[in-house]
Amino acid sequence: MNPNAYIVLSSILFCLGLLGFLVRRNALVAFMSIELMLNAANLSFVTFANVHGNLDGQVAAFFVMVVAAAEVVVGLAIIMMIFRTRRSASVDDENLLRH
Amino acid sequence: MNPLEVVNPVAATGLFSYAWLMIAIPLVVAGLLLIVGRAGDAWGHLLGAAAPMASFVIALLLFISMLGSGDGARAVSVGTYRWISAGSWTVSAGLLVDQLSILFALLVTGVGSLIFVYSIGYMREDPARRRFFAFLNLFVAAMMILVLADNYLVLFVGWEGVGLASYLLIGFWQERNSAALAAKKAFITNKVGDLGLLTAMFAMFALFGSVDFSTVNAQAPAMPSGWATALGLLLLLAACGKSAQVPLQVWLLDAMEGPTPVSALIHAATMVTAGVYLVVRSHAIFALSEPASLAVSIVGLASVFAGAWIGCAKDDIKKVLAGSTMSQIGYMMLAAGIGPAGAAFAIFHLLTHGAFKANLFLGAGAIMHGMDDDVDMRHYGALARAMPWVFATFACGYLAIIGFPFFAGYYSKDHIISAAFGKSPVFGWLALAGAGITAFYMTRLVMMTFFGPARHLPGVHPHRPGPVMVVPLVVLAAASVFSGLALNGWIQGWLAPAVGAEVEPSHLLELSWMGAVTLLVVGLGVALGVVLYRRPIAQQQPVSHNFFVNAGRNELYANALNEAVLMRPGQALCEGLDFADKELVDGAARSSAELAKAGGGVLRLAENGYVRSYGATMALGIVAVGLVMILGRLA
Amino acid sequence: MIPLVTGQAIAFWILGPLSIAAGAGMVFSRKPVHCALCLAGLMCCLAGLYASLDAPFLFVAQIIVYTGAVMMLFVFTMMMIGVDSVDEMVETIKGQRAATAIAVLGLAVLLVSAVGHGILTGSQGLAQANGQAGNVRSLAFLVFGRYVFAFEATAALLITAALAAMVLSHGEPLVGKERQRARLERRTKEFAATGADPGPLPSPGIYARHNSVDHPALLPDGAIADGSVIATLAARGAVIVDKGRLVAPTVRADQALADVHDEQHGILPGEAELSAAPGEAELSAVPGGPAKEITP
Repeated sequence: MNPNAYIVLSSILFCLGLLGFLVRRNALVAFMSIELMLNAANLSFVTFANVHGNLDGQVAAFFVMVVAAAEVVVGLAIIMMIFRTRRSASVDDENLLRH
Repeated sequence: MNPLEVVNPVAATGLFSYAWLMIAIPLVVAGLLLIVGRAGDAWGHLLGAAAPMASFVIALLLFISMLGSGDGARAVSVGTYRWISAGSWTVSAGLLVDQLSILFALLVTGVGSLIFVYSIGYMREDPARRRFFAFLNLFVAAMMILVLADNYLVLFVGWEGVGLASYLLIGFWQERNSAALAAKKAFITNKVGDLGLLTAMFAMFALFGSVDFSTVNAQAPAMPSGWATALGLLLLLAACGKSAQVPLQVWLLDAMEGPTPVSALIHAATMVTAGVYLVVRSHAIFALSEPASLAVSIVGLASVFAGAWIGCAKDDIKKVLAGSTMSQIGYMMLAAGIGPAGAAFAIFHLLTHGAFKANLFLGAGAIMHGMDDDVDMRHYGALARAMPWVFATFACGYLAIIGFPFFAGYYSKDHIISAAFGKSPVFGWLALAGAGITAFYMTRLVMMTFFGPARHLPGVHPHRPGPVMVVPLVVLAAASVFSGLALNGWIQGWLAPAVGAEVEPSHLLELSWMGAVTLLVVGLGVALGVVLYRRPIAQQQPVSHNFFVNAGRNELYANALNEAVLMRPGQALCEGLDFADKELVDGAARSSAELAKAGGGVLRLAENGYVRSYGATMALGIVAVGLVMILGRLA
Repeated sequence: MIPLVTGQAIAFWILGPLSIAAGAGMVFSRKPVHCALCLAGLMCCLAGLYASLDAPFLFVAQIIVYTGAVMMLFVFTMMMIGVDSVDEMVETIKGQRAATAIAVLGLAVLLVSAVGHGILTGSQGLAQANGQAGNVRSLAFLVFGRYVFAFEATAALLITAALAAMVLSHGEPLVGKERQRARLERRTKEFAATGADPGPLPSPGIYARHNSVDHPALLPDGAIADGSVIATLAARGAVIVDKGRLVAPTVRADQALADVHDEQHGILPGEAELSAAPGEAELSAVPGGPAKEITP
């Protein structure tokens, strides 16, 4: 089976993640979209590992998972805090960055 | 002009290796007195007075050992070490003890010691006496650096050092606004002269690659004559600043705001003669340029008359003496400009003047001390009986300065007048006239101060100075009487190697027509003074409509002239530059800032603070980069 | 040649479209919970794809770490900040839709056309790389060998992240906790000032039919004890306020007592009233001997 199919799938998933991040205002959903993008990248890693016949890609995917887990923990804590102070989970409400 | 034979100094041995102590002792004492603070108030003046005496002893020992050695071994270079090394040229710092500098060292430390002793009495009531002695020692150290330097750069260090000490001491009573202003004025005016010296040094570096006296003297003949003139004029500018010669004379009269010992030491005997020293030291350069030498003489003559004019008009005893100093230094400059023959006489007059002018200033100080610090001669009168010792010593100084036979000034000034006649009859007659005016204003001073009825202000009771002030006066009076006699036959020969002169025979009493005419003119001046000032003198200065009198009283309108010619255009220039800076430079800077601000205002619209918007921008950026990469591959 | 249909291809062609559908569902669902569900499904699909790519360890790790841990965290957070919210899909930022369309389409075309055709050779397979040791052990050799520093660094990262989450979600109370003495003093003062009951609030439901928090306690006379149900529940209307039902057991108990009293004085008890609600009388748990006696 042609491994390019996996890559194309990975690209499509990545673009879906990007789309989700750009259109969704809910912080949680935006965050999920980011996870989707990470997973799409992971799929590429695993595919390339298979193509090249070594395990480094799988190790990379493993590390991405670990980092993503850490990121989720911190990100969700931040979302919680923002929600606690502002009673909102919309990323558009947090536009103080421009000041 | 004839290039001069250059005498190379020999290396220092024995006693000469310790010549640096002459500088180090006063310097260390100055630092010490400033550091210890109030703790040194009890003994500071004693230590301070001991320092120049120690230096004087060293100078005397060196002088004696030089007397004992031959002509070729009299110029000694001491402790040369590399000071600045940059690229292809180096500057060494070292001392040169030769016939010229040792005479200066003796004058500075000798007269200095006497003035220090005098100051112990004069400054007794002053709470800052220790600081005064610290500054005086700083001055002595700087002056010794100046005269003992073996190159122009080290000389410049001393030059600036004496300028600093002069500034500090003129403004010693800084709580007086007039003193602070006078100090500033002296400092700034001196800076104008310093500019000349600095520029001259730059030119020397460019021309000779060195500022050593020996190198400059050796290579000077190879220099184009235009450069010689330029160097000479620059050095003359420096000398004018330091020696209060026309046109940079304005600061000297104001400098009398300082304590009188300062006026005696710095502004009469030593520092102001540094300009003459510089010109004599640079004789090799002036010898190559007739215009520069002529300029020196003309400046000297102008100063002779400017000083005398002021001396005739002022009622402030110190300012009369200051005018007289300017005038006498004018004589020295005149002589220095005449050439090698005159140079030795310039130094001769410098030495005798150092003695008798210090004597006169200290005498004036003693009078002021006894008259509750009143300086107006219109409030004096009949002091000959009140202060006999002061009168006696002052009389010696007076006779010396007017050139009374066998007194110091008689020899030194007559030599200058005759040298001036040798150069040009115009110079000669003018110098002669100057001598007459000198006699007149000094007679005026003596008449107003010591004779006639007492015109003292109410509550003033003249009292005599203590022995600590009288002893230095007596010593200086003796020097005023005998220094001419002692040096007359000897100094030309002694200085010949250093100034490149040929020795002319001179006698104790020269019976020439010139000498006779000089005596006649001086006698006329004295007679005029006596006749005019035997009449009653008003206690208040009467209003005069005589232009000459008003000009003299206003210091020849030099301040107004400077203000009109230099200050106002300078201010206008500064204001113009300020305007240009604010409107053009700042305007350009501000415009660019406005431009950036406007651009920022446009770009700011993109900064909406929405994370998703930023994300979209980033994604678009990624697409753009990817496109560029792919298209770049395809192309 | 007939293309060889392998298990890998079957897995891919089933799981691939599924994952795309799940991804699209995640992006376009208006309820965050649905999004999370779609994402979880997508993770499982990906796990399957990993398995099809000879990555059994990642297959397991994906399910455990992502579907198990990460998605659980998401759902947990969602629970805390409002499960039942529905997102507005109206775009508020000007030009965002257009930019998004350009960016996503451009990136998709770019990735699919450039990277999607990047592999020119066939797969080498991992048989050689896994060797005798198998996938998990081979990975372990790499992780604890060549990548040990990265591994340790991620360990530090995880610890830091855990700490960070604790620090971020920890809220310092504004006022200190009230101790026993302070409470006592406050209540006594209130009693002195307003006559408020200094004792603790009554527990809910003690005298009621249900021993539960949303039932108010009853006073001995059958009245509802105020404050025996927490304010939140009361505000939500969770409290049963059918006073008649609540009070009924009390009334019956009173009746029973009266009957006993009457019996001792020669009057027969009313049987019909007792048989009307035998279960209710059983649950009423009214303390005291007389009540027990009346239970059948």
